[in-house]
Amino acid sequence: MSAQTLYDKLWSSHVVHEGSDGTVLLYIDRHLVHEVTSPQAYEGLKLAGRTPWRSDSVVATADHNTPTDHWERGIVDPVSRQQVETLDANIAHFGARAYFPFRDAAQGIVHVMGPEQGATLPGMTVVCGDSHTSTHGAFGALAFGIGTSEVEHVLATQCLVAKKARNMRVCVTGELAAGVTAKDVALAVIGRIGTAGGTGYTIEFAGSAIRGLSMEGRMTLCNMAIEAGARAGLVAVDQKTIDYVAGRPLAPKADAWARASAYWATLVSDPDAHFDHEVVLDGAEIEPQVTWGTSPEMVLPIGAKVPDPRAEPDATRRAGIERALAYMGLDANTPLAEIPVDKVFIGSCTNSRIEDLRAAAAVVRGRRKADSVTQVLVVPGSGLVKAQAEAEGLDRIFLAAGFEWREPGCSMCLAMNADRLEPGERCASTSNRNFEGRQGQGGRTHLVSPAMATAAAIAGHFVDVRTF
Amino acid sequence: MKAFTTLDGLVCPLDRANVDTDAIIPKQFLKSIKRSGFGPNLFDEWRYLDHGEPGMDPSSRRPNPDFVLNQPRYRGAQVLLGRENFGCGSSREHAPWALEDYGFRVVIAPSFADIFFNNCYKNGVLPIVLDAAVVETLFAECFAHEGYTLHVDLALQRVTAPSGASWAFDITGHRKDCLLKGLDEIGLTLHHADAIRAFEERRRIEQPWLFA
Ligand code: SF4
Repeated sequence: MSAQTLYDKLWSSHVVHEGSDGTVLLYIDRHLVHEVTSPQAYEGLKLAGRTPWRSDSVVATADHNTPTDHWERGIVDPVSRQQVETLDANIAHFGARAYFPFRDAAQGIVHVMGPEQGATLPGMTVVCGDSHTSTHGAFGALAFGIGTSEVEHVLATQCLVAKKARNMRVCVTGELAAGVTAKDVALAVIGRIGTAGGTGYTIEFAGSAIRGLSMEGRMTLCNMAIEAGARAGLVAVDQKTIDYVAGRPLAPKADAWARASAYWATLVSDPDAHFDHEVVLDGAEIEPQVTWGTSPEMVLPIGAKVPDPRAEPDATRRAGIERALAYMGLDANTPLAEIPVDKVFIGSCTNSRIEDLRAAAAVVRGRRKADSVTQVLVVPGSGLVKAQAEAEGLDRIFLAAGFEWREPGCSMCLAMNADRLEPGERCASTSNRNFEGRQGQGGRTHLVSPAMATAAAIAGHFVDVRTF
Repeated sequence: MKAFTTLDGLVCPLDRANVDTDAIIPKQFLKSIKRSGFGPNLFDEWRYLDHGEPGMDPSSRRPNPDFVLNQPRYRGAQVLLGRENFGCGSSREHAPWALEDYGFRVVIAPSFADIFFNNCYKNGVLPIVLDAAVVETLFAECFAHEGYTLHVDLALQRVTAPSGASWAFDITGHRKDCLLKGLDEIGLTLHHADAIRAFEERRRIEQPWLFA
């Protein structure tokens, strides 16, 4: 057989049937479910008199709509409550391998909870009605977001109708400098290839700088693959992957473990495999990144200045920059380090794991938020992350600094619950989207790493965490 | 699903790149557990001057007169003309639900984000990729001529302008078939139930831990 990429291997091992036009039925091993994109799918199933093909492939939680404080009051917003209760009822009726409902000790953002529980395993196909499902590619699993019709399709048939994407490799060579994180790598890659650069591709992240990342860093990176336009991101399996999975509640045990881990070790691209497109970045040259506009590709290193639209020759792009600067309330040529922030959000499926919280705590320890910063929200990705952070005393460090320590959930990443920006407010955020209105209507989002967000909270404006 | 064969539709130009699904349908409307009723909130934050919440009566709101959808000449448009990377962002199928509910059956752009592109087909909305230069021409003609319509023929895979100029577009055989006939995709897949079962049995032996 000719040399295969990791993506080729994952794809071909899941093809159930191939049609004449190359459309295939792809078998799905793990189906992650949350409250926002599933109700219409379950309802469709019911209306058609169908039953789930394999309910033991489903692992579910409530995350998007749940409040992050005053859990004793339950969900006050009646519309949000109905959505969460609908999920409770659907799981009770249709079944699941595991369910972490609102206020469960292990409730969490679906992309934090899945890996944490061992629900995501190397070699799997993983789908979820959420675009950031690309996160799970960090495990050498083929993982991508799907729409609600597809959620229903997977529930009913255990398959997805799909067409193969092309292979792209993003190679980050060398080593990252101190203070530079997976988030900065993700933003630098998007800055390089653009938000549509990965459209139609599955991106494998490779190179020594990627090998050097922890599993949590790899999840951060694959999480942002969708912001580069790629439906799926991948990192090859290595010993770190296997060590991370070992002992998780849903991971294989005993004899099965030996067989599984031996198979997983084969989940790497063959040395001479062909990639349709290749991008190389020097890891040592990547600096801490800050987005200045309303698309993740509008990003620059912290030492740079807000771009000047007059320097942009292309009319559509120039209009895009002008519109972004107007929305963001920024003047051309302002140094990024002079932009003040009103709020700071540390959380989301991109950056709410224990290492992210440790990185934030390391920056803030013994310091306080600036008086001009009205709110700093720290929202752990799951109940288990929260418990771990509290066991390490991180919550006390945050509280002493004037930060708020919240219950787990998506929170101000998309502001479906009460956590949001007011019109005109500016936020340093560790989340993944800086679209207009994403964190609240009229809110202005700058995407950064947890360390950079924390430094901005203390300084009151963006600052280079390497010299802070 | 609603079938799609041909359409003669008024064109509405949305002249910006990277239109994301948060813009197409803001998150507060995702709390609904229904598939319908999203049309009045399509592009909510661009379309209204006041802040929209679920359950508000659209007739009591303040439309933004500058937003293209509110201009009388584009009322009743069925073809949305967009730019690069249309539909990027979240996987929310509420985006095509809102477009369809409003009355759009075709979206034309030089490129689309994958998940949105896929979601459109499931809801009887036809996303068409045309060359950037062609899209540029369509924008220019649409701005220049009030009542500008395009003819779309799915069977022939062609878009025809009033000038008579026409362009071919790509679509996979499977999607074309489903859309032309308005087929239920789950029903089609279940024709392969035996193959799925056989695949699953093999997998159960080779990788038993996936079934624990
Ligand atoms: S944290 Fe944000 S991006 Fe992640 S699943 Fe939740 S809403 Fe989506």
